[in-house]
Amino acid sequence: MPLGLFIFLAAIAVLSALGVILQRNPVHCLLALVLTLLDMAVMFIGLGAVTVGFLQAIVYVGAIMVLFLFVIWLLNLQAEDRGGSRQLALKFFGVVGAAVLIAELFVFLVKAPSPAGMNHPPPLFGSIASLAGALFTNYLIAFEATSLLLLVAVIGAVALARHPAAAGSLSPAQGAQPVASGGSEARPVTPEHKAGGMG
Amino acid sequence: MTPPSWFMALSAVLFAIGVAGVLIRRNVIVMLMSIELMLNAVNLTFIAISRALGSVDGQVIVLFVITVAAAEAAAGLAIIISAFRNRETVYADELNVMRW
Repeated sequence: MPLGLFIFLAAIAVLSALGVILQRNPVHCLLALVLTLLDMAVMFIGLGAVTVGFLQAIVYVGAIMVLFLFVIWLLNLQAEDRGGSRQLALKFFGVVGAAVLIAELFVFLVKAPSPAGMNHPPPLFGSIASLAGALFTNYLIAFEATSLLLLVAVIGAVALARHPAAAGSLSPAQGAQPVASGGSEARPVTPEHKAGGMG
Repeated sequence: MTPPSWFMALSAVLFAIGVAGVLIRRNVIVMLMSIELMLNAVNLTFIAISRALGSVDGQVIVLFVITVAAAEAAAGLAIIISAFRNRETVYADELNVMRW
């Protein structure tokens, strides 16, 4: 990747990353994060990792970020108010901690041995074929473990986010009990309630 | 060509910005976004070193990181929805029922 292109992409990445943590409206934070991730995807493609770059754009930006956006809309989040003096102290120490961390990382970066330059990559470097070759031979166990992790995450997400009333009505043993009274007091926030409050 | 250490420096800066986001923000969803930012900063290091060494292993690890990030986002957002249903807030300093 040419140096000028790197500096351009790095400036966009740092500015939009600062936007993620400095904007007060969560939707604006999310849009800044989308810009950062797309910028990183371009950088991955520039580094020869074409497949991973496109997967980043499709999976990260297209799926995970949209999931975040749906949750922000679902919870009807507004812009965050500025906190009191305690929040100010927290912000101060947070910035100091991050500055210490960045200084430490740069010290390690200078001291640790790192590759001096970019090798000439082999042909088809970063293609789907080369990735699959490594993924299904050396990393087969990790690949299967990852599929199990995804299954657990899906089941866990459904179990966690399911409404308590819906959880009660699914099992027949509890369905025989008076669900109507228990169900109405177990739902503090219903969509109808929130819609009525907004209108 | 850009030397690999420049990419690692950018990665360090982005990681520190993510840490600062987790520390200074009150909104739990923005904290999760900052965690995604940190994961991506590490991904950049993997990709840059993979290119510098001419090996595809770093890219495979980045694929795993993207998968784990998806699982983490799904579970984390489900926890946030569940907490919001009980407490009607997403601010970390108001979700203090486990503090003593």
